[in-house]
This record gives sequence, structure tokens and C-alpha cells, in this order.
Amino acid sequence: MSKRIDVKDLNVYYGKFLAVADVNINIEAKSVTAFIGPSGCGKSTFLRTLNRMHEVIPGARVEGEVLLDGDNLYGPGVDPVTVRSQIGMVFQRPNPFPTMSIRDNVLAGVKLNNQKMSKGEADVLVERSLQGANLWNEVKDRLAKPGSGLSGGQQQRLCIARAIAVEPQVILMDEPCSALDPISTLAIEDLINELKDQYTVVIVTHNMQQAARVSNKTAFFNIAGTGKPGRLIEYGDTHTMFSNPTQKATEDYVSGRFG
Amino acid sequence: MTTTSLTKSRGAGRAGDKVFSAATLAAGCLILAVLFGVALFLLIQAFPALVASPDEIQGGKGFVSYIWPIVIGTLIAAVIALVIATPVAIGVALFISHFAPRRLASGLGYVIDLLAAIPSVVYGAWGAAFLAKEISPAYNWLASNMGWLPIFQGPASATGKTILTAGIVLSVMILPIITSLSREIFLQTPKLHEEAALALGATRWEMIRMAVLPFGRPGVISAVMLGLGRALGETMAVALVLSSGALTASLIQSGNQTIAAEIALNFPEASGLKVNTLIAAGLVLFVITLGVNMIARLIITRHKEFSGAN
Repeated sequence: MSKRIDVKDLNVYYGKFLAVADVNINIEAKSVTAFIGPSGCGKSTFLRTLNRMHEVIPGARVEGEVLLDGDNLYGPGVDPVTVRSQIGMVFQRPNPFPTMSIRDNVLAGVKLNNQKMSKGEADVLVERSLQGANLWNEVKDRLAKPGSGLSGGQQQRLCIARAIAVEPQVILMDEPCSALDPISTLAIEDLINELKDQYTVVIVTHNMQQAARVSNKTAFFNIAGTGKPGRLIEYGDTHTMFSNPTQKATEDYVSGRFG
Repeated sequence: MTTTSLTKSRGAGRAGDKVFSAATLAAGCLILAVLFGVALFLLIQAFPALVASPDEIQGGKGFVSYIWPIVIGTLIAAVIALVIATPVAIGVALFISHFAPRRLASGLGYVIDLLAAIPSVVYGAWGAAFLAKEISPAYNWLASNMGWLPIFQGPASATGKTILTAGIVLSVMILPIITSLSREIFLQTPKLHEEAALALGATRWEMIRMAVLPFGRPGVISAVMLGLGRALGETMAVALVLSSGALTASLIQSGNQTIAAEIALNFPEASGLKVNTLIAAGLVLFVITLGVNMIARLIITRHKEFSGAN
């Protein structure tokens, strides 16, 4: 239920502006890969190309290949809608659908795939997904209440439950803890640790300690200056990246000298 | 020493605050006073007609039997207008906000807004002189093929000046209100929710159903109610288009009348109790509009917990 991602010579554009240049990276299945780097270095932009959410922005486009177990996401005839149902995403700010109950939020993605589901099957799936997001015990008595009534951390875990309910191959997380308090952050980090047993997880984070805590491999992105494209500077085992990086820029960044 | 510095304040700033708060209070009170004044005028002027003996009222059977056919006529015309305008308006608004290329969208937006700038008497003239004539073959077809439905019972009006034509004209008139309000609401859908839907593998239409429409629902209801308010109160277009008469179930025969058109057509020559009767009709229209707005508010608040506001 999890696949690897191989990116070859990827360039990302907003209109004519080259935002991210020449990225080559191999993301392992069933592991957590963290993208770190200063603001504006293109790590979120790059993450969004991995499930074709990038092209939702008018004028945005991509050159190069993103291979999901060898299948190019940008190949001819590939439907972005299918791509996104295989590669789930959790956003920076929790975004449960405000007009839906907690239960309907979890089922939102599954219902899209037109699967006819009995109430019993749906109940099982809701419980399993919420269990998987460590949220079940907190919400099992109020599944019919709106998701927007939960705390920020609970809402974010609801979004994770919604993402894993469709059983994706990969889960992308775009700074999932940046709007959360430390306790909720810890809950999400624990959850990420459990998710990697089943899923390929890619997480963008501003927080280097978080990258060090949760990830197996870390990729460092940097930007040479305003208006220049972001680049992948270094990619390796998290432990190596934080203790003994090969690049000077990486060392400066992880030791807190800039960024 | 320190206490004196705390009690000192910038005199000018406080004065500005006071003037501003007094001005807003006055504006708020003025609205209430105007509303109250109109309601009071309607009640006082309508009173003689409400208590008059039945044979003094037009028709000779009392106020209630005078008013209810035109209440029904008003509602029929407004409902026809809403049934036609609402789906079209929502469709156009969605097209502008989520489907059309940006340049086409803004152009289309202007054209829709232009529809609102056409005076109602022009709509009336268009409906009476053009639409009624053009549409009467369709009425004949309806009468001969769907005549078993009471609302399409024949013989169809030869002139086409029916309540259905009036409703169609009204629908064109309320289309811009509903469209432009709905478009504004749809454009305000948080990007976050749209992306949430897309990231789950929703197509654009599914994204609209999951994120845009639920978010816009209260706003669209308000927009429809505003349109309904205009359709209920619209006078000139109905007066020109409809050849009025007694209440009939068939929408394609001449007949029926709306309150607003009834008042407008009869007021200039009315005197004595007739004036009071027409004002009483106006009071009824006022109450209907008020009721419609309150029901709309009720629908919106009932789902507050699930609205996008929290």
C-alpha cells in the first residue's frame, strides 16, 4: 500500500518564473522524508508537484518526470484527479469541510470514488481511519458534530484521517504543525511515526528539530537569492544531514546560522 | 502626579468618537423610524377597508375575498420567476467564478450587471410587445400536449399576455441580482477548502459540490430571497405584460393579477374606500415580503453550526 517516488530533472514554473530548478530525488517507500530549508526556497512548491496540486494555481507548470513506482505522474493521458486520489495531502492550516460532520469529513474522499458503501462498512472505515489518526477516542461520541468545532490539533488529525481513509500510496504533509501548539504538534509527530509503517510520508517543515525527530531522510532546499530558483542542495539520511553534512550551506542551516 | 497623566486624554479624539457614534446611532434610528412610519401609515389607511361591510368593498364580498386571488396571483408569478431564475443564476455564477477564463468571466459579469440597469418599464414593454407574441405558439403547444395538467389547460391565450409570460419577464429581471450576489459568494470560498477537496481526488464539479456550494449556501439563499422580494413587489413589468383577470389555475390563459400591479393600475382613479382597499392590499404585500425574509433567515440560522463561519 505504499510506493516510492523518483523525481528526475524537475523544473517548476509559475508562468515564466522558474521557481524550483533541477530536482533529482528518490523518496523511499514506507519511510518519512523531510524537506527543510528557509522560507521561499520552493520546498512547498516542490511538494505540491508530487500530487499535481501545483497546477491548480493558474499559470503553474512543470517540466521533468515524477515517477510513482515507475509510472510518470506527468505522462500523457494521466488524469490529475486519479493522481491525487493516490497521493493524499495534508495542508498547513487544518481544513476540514466546515459544512460536514466529523464522520462525513472522514468519508468525503471515499464517497468521491463513487464506491457504494453500506452504513456498516462506512462505520468500520470511519473508526479505522480515526483510529489511524489517533483521534477516535476523542471524537467517537460526537461523530455527527461539525468538524470545525474541534481544536486545531484535532482538526489536523481529522484531515489526516480524511487523507488515509482513501488508502493512498503516499501522504504529503505541507508544514502540518505550523499552526498548532506544542502538545498537538507532538500528537501529530507520534502519528507520523506510526503512519510510516504503512505509507510513504513526505513532510515539509520549518522546524529542524521536527525533521530530526520524525524523518528517516532529509532533503535540504535553498535559494541563492530573491528571484533565483530554489534548488535541492543536499539529500541524505537525517542523522548524517544533521551531524555531518557535506555541504557548507546545509551545515550553516542546520546549525542555525541562517534561515 | 502619575494619576493626573492617566486621566488626561486627547480631547479632539474623544470628540470625534462621540460625533461618530451619535451619527451612526441617528442613522440606525432613522431606518427604524421610517420602517415604523410606513407600517403605521399602512395600518391606519388600511383600517377602514378592513372593517368595512362586505358589500362596500370592490366585488361586494368583503376584503378577504377581494385580496386572496391577487395574493395567490402574486405568489404564482414570483414562484415562476424563482423557479426559472435560480438554477440559471447559480449556473452562470459558477461559470463566472470557477469555469470561465478570467477575461471572459469579467466580460460576462459586466453583461449580467447591465441586465440590472435596464428599467423595469422597458422589461414590461419588451415582454408585452415582443416576448408575449413570440411565446404564444409555445403556449398552444403546451395546451394541446400537456393540457391534462391544470396549469397548462387550454385554450391558450392568443396574445400570450399570461401570468407565465409575466413570470418569465420577472425571472429575467431578478436574474442579475441572484447571479451577481452568488458570484461574489462563490468567489469567497476559502482556497483552503477548495484545495482540500481537490487533494482528495475531486474533479472540479465534485470540488464545487463539496466546498463551494455548501460554503455559499446561506449567501445564495439570501440572494434568492432578495430576488423574490423584487419579484413580489415588481409592478410595471407585470402591469404591462399581464392581461389580468380572475384567478385561474392555468398559467397560459389570460387571468390572474398581482397585488403590486393591481394597486398601480387602480390607484390613479380610486377614491374613498377604494383607496383604503388598495392600501390594505399594500399592507398584505408588506406582510408577505416580511414573512418571506423571516423564513429565509430561519433557514440560514438553522444550519449555523455547520456554516463556514466558524
